[in-house]
Amino acid sequence: MIPFNKTTLLFCGFLLAVPAIAVLAGEAKSGYDYIKPESRAMQDDDFENPGMLAVERGQLLFNNIQNGSGKACAECHGKDGASLNTKNIARYPVYSEDAAEIVTLQKRISRCRDNTTGSKTLPTDHPDLVALETFVRNRAIGEAVNVQTDGAMAELLKEGEQLYNTRFGLIDMACHHCHDVYPGQMIRGQKISQGQGNGFPAYRLGTGEITNLHQRIQQCLNLMRAEPFAADSDEINLLGLYIMSRSNGLRIETPAVRY
Amino acid sequence: MPDDYCRWQVADYAIVEPLCSLAGDAQRGREIASDGSRGNCLACHQLPIPGIEAYGTIGPPLAGIAARLSVPMIRLRVVDTRHINPMSIMPGFYRDPRLINRPGKEYRGRTFLTAQQVEDVIAYLATLK
Repeated sequence: MIPFNKTTLLFCGFLLAVPAIAVLAGEAKSGYDYIKPESRAMQDDDFENPGMLAVERGQLLFNNIQNGSGKACAECHGKDGASLNTKNIARYPVYSEDAAEIVTLQKRISRCRDNTTGSKTLPTDHPDLVALETFVRNRAIGEAVNVQTDGAMAELLKEGEQLYNTRFGLIDMACHHCHDVYPGQMIRGQKISQGQGNGFPAYRLGTGEITNLHQRIQQCLNLMRAEPFAADSDEINLLGLYIMSRSNGLRIETPAVRY
Repeated sequence: MPDDYCRWQVADYAIVEPLCSLAGDAQRGREIASDGSRGNCLACHQLPIPGIEAYGTIGPPLAGIAARLSVPMIRLRVVDTRHINPMSIMPGFYRDPRLINRPGKEYRGRTFLTAQQVEDVIAYLATLK
C-alpha cells in the first residue's frame, strides 16, 4: 500500500483545488475602458485615429481590382462593402464544417479573393490582407461580437482555454495571469486590460502599427520571451478563437487604439 | 541544463545558501532591479527609488521588505516564488531552465538573471529595512 499520510493528502487536495481558483467570473470589459483618456479621444476621432489609414487602404483594395486579379471585391459586395452582412462579420472566427477548421475573417477574405477574383494567394498577415481585414471588420463597428460557442466550437474553445492558461517563455506567464487576475493594475505605467479581441485589428501606440489579434498574441508571446506560435498555426487559431469568444457581447471597435 | 547552473535547496520556505556561494553587491542590485531589460522589478513592484514614476502595482511594494522577511526567505522569492505560491504570476529569476515551457530561441537554456545578478538584487533588497 502507498504510505499516504495526512500531509500528502492535504497537498494533493491543494493541487486539485488549483484549477478551480483559475476560474474567473465577471463581466467582459473592452480595452477601451482601460486605456488613457487621451487614447480614447484618439480612437473616437476618425481624423485622429491612425488606424483609419489601414481602413482607407483596405477600402481602396476592396473597391478596386487588385494586382493579378480579374475582379474587385466591390463587384460582388457593393461599393465600400455596402451589401456585406455586418451581423455575419461579428461572428468571426467561424467554424467551417466543410473544411473542419477555424476560419478567421482574414482567411475568409483571402479565400474569397483567391477563388473569386483569381488573384495570387497572399501569405497570412500580409499587409494587404490585414488592411482588408481591418476595412471589413470596420464595416461592423458597433455590432456585438457573436462567436459561436456550441457545437463543434465547444471542444475547440476548451483547447483554446487550455493554451490561455498555459505558461510560456522565460517570463513564464500565461495569458490568464495578466488578463484574468490583474486587469486594472499597472504594469510599468500601463493599465492591464482583460485582453479582449473586440477592438482588433487595432492601432498599437506601442509599435505604431495596425495589428490584428493574432499578431498581437504573437507580440505578447515575444514579450514573454517565448517562441511565438506561427501565423495560421493551430495554436494561434485556437487562442484567437478563445480570446474573441471572451469578447462576445462587446461592441466591435475596429480600428481601436490600444497600447 | 547549462554547465554553470547552480543547484539550490529549499528548506522552511527559504534558501539559506547564496547561489553558487556568491556574494551580492547592493549597489549593482539596485541598478538591476530598476533596469527594464534585466531585473525589471519595477514593472510589477513599487521600490523606494526616487525619480521613477512608472511603477507597477501587481506585486506588493518592496519598501521595508527586509524588515518583514529574512534574506533566505527573500532569496526563495526571487529565485522561484512558486515554491510558496504555485499560482503566482511572478517569474522565477533563477528557475531550472529545463522547467521553462517554449522559451524563445535566444533564451533557451538560460535563467532570467545570472546567479550573480540574483545575489546582487537580494543584497539590495536586504537594505530595504
